[in-house]
Amino acid sequence: MKEELKENILEVENLAMVFGGLTALTDTKFQLKKGTIKAIIGPNGAGKTTLYNIITGFLSPTRGNVWFKGQKISNLKPHEIAIRGISRSFQTIELFDNMTVLENVMVGCHSRIKMSFFASGMGFGTVKKKEEQIRSRALDVLKFIGLSDKYNEMADSLPLGEQKYLEIGRALASDPELICLDEPAAGLNETETHIASSLIKAIKEKGVTVLLVEHDMKVVMNISDEILVLNNGQVIAEGSPEEIQNNPSVIKAYLGDVTQHA
Amino acid sequence: MLKIQKLHIGIFAFFIISFPFVISRIPALGNYTNIMVFAGIYTIITIGLSLFIGYAGQISLGHAAFFGIGAYTSGILTARFGINPWMCLIIGIFIVSVIAFLVGAPSLKLKGHYLAMATLAFGIIVYIIFNQELEYTGGPDGMTGIPGLSLFALKLNSVEKYYFFVWGIVFAAFLFTINLIQSRTGRALRAIHASEAAASAMGINVPRFKLIVFIYSAILASLAGSLYAHYINFINPSSFDLFFAIKLLIMIALGGMHSIWGAIVGAVLITFLNYEWLHFFKEFEVIIYGAILLLVTIFLPDGLVGIPGIIKKFVKRKL
Repeated sequence: MKEELKENILEVENLAMVFGGLTALTDTKFQLKKGTIKAIIGPNGAGKTTLYNIITGFLSPTRGNVWFKGQKISNLKPHEIAIRGISRSFQTIELFDNMTVLENVMVGCHSRIKMSFFASGMGFGTVKKKEEQIRSRALDVLKFIGLSDKYNEMADSLPLGEQKYLEIGRALASDPELICLDEPAAGLNETETHIASSLIKAIKEKGVTVLLVEHDMKVVMNISDEILVLNNGQVIAEGSPEEIQNNPSVIKAYLGDVTQHA
Repeated sequence: MLKIQKLHIGIFAFFIISFPFVISRIPALGNYTNIMVFAGIYTIITIGLSLFIGYAGQISLGHAAFFGIGAYTSGILTARFGINPWMCLIIGIFIVSVIAFLVGAPSLKLKGHYLAMATLAFGIIVYIIFNQELEYTGGPDGMTGIPGLSLFALKLNSVEKYYFFVWGIVFAAFLFTINLIQSRTGRALRAIHASEAAASAMGINVPRFKLIVFIYSAILASLAGSLYAHYINFINPSSFDLFFAIKLLIMIALGGMHSIWGAIVGAVLITFLNYEWLHFFKEFEVIIYGAILLLVTIFLPDGLVGIPGIIKKFVKRKL
């Protein structure tokens, strides 16, 4: 266990990811303080999703390490990372569309309440009790994300906004310490975006650390404690929303080199 | 979902229990109880297969082989070595579990067509072994002299006794599987079906769940194989060939893949077609099976058990 990691829930260390000849990430490093919201922004192709996929175990990095609560997780599989307490949502909605809203969230509880194959097949009393626990826990989550009355609808019948909330709810159901949201406001209208923002703030108030990839700058500036800017697979700036807004290299990355034309 | 099914299960049980009594009064249908024994044996396979294919979204053309391995283990060990049939049944299950593990662990990493090809290859290899190992299996001519089963002091020596015995096992497998589906395991399997990425992000060990359900379905197939061998007392490789593997798929497609009820309905119907109703067509019966598969996949993606849902939707729209 490294000393400095006690207040940092996540530490990303000199991460590099190379796909064949394409370098998606070079020497990326940052820390994430427990209980905060950190946004990762950057132009398309900056490496944000690659970074997410490494943190959640869908890719293993070419070089470098990811530490979660002082444990190295960069060589673990996605489900092992989920069990350790990192949950995620997906940029393209990946709900289980063969299930109801409630069942989707119940799957989220998978890693927290367990029962054996044999016991569930036999339908033992303990299994029924645990199923009740899972159900009531999932209902609590639905209340939190405001989808209680739609619990019995099929997940794919929901409007886009509610599908996005459901993705967040499903991720929350695993009782994570860190939740990685991938563009939770993409494609949402203003009202829905507002709901999504307050949802993320409420998650933070529950004590869950949030990592956020988002293109909607209003959302990012409003709710983040810290912002990390990626460009071409490199961290070009890190700091509070105010610092980032006034950072010349960030402006340059987003708008091109303004000074040259002036 | 679970609560409403109690009525269905009750009706199902009543139908199964009363079937032989009703049939025995209708001389023209005298053979139907016998056919229902085979239907029950195949249902044991399709229940497991439905979990693997319909719920977990995988595919297997290897279950005819697991069925065969169960049958031949029971056949060879009882007829050639005189070992207790129940012991052989358990040995068969053990052997099949090990083989399913060895075959499944690498091949379940494959998806779709590739998984179908891998399990198909496995099925063909096993079929060749049944044909070639003359000393033990008797080769293409098959083997005879497989004893019947007794349940403690009760000899299962009549069609009716075996019927109740087999359908009792079907019922147990059915309840076990229904329980599974409505628990964490069932949700995990359906999650894998919908999105492996999201499933693993929720902490589901995807390869492990696939393997467990593959082995479970293989065990049921092996159990069915043993019951089959002890019922007809004679086995030959043609009962376990590729065509049978495909018939198993037609059974669950016809009944409805996304429901365990479909596994039962499909297995019973195809068995009756196979043993009785299609004799008229002789060698053309293959065409009938092809037509069934074609029509069902185009018009009834949820199989026969999906029809009430379609009617409900239709009525709703009219109102």
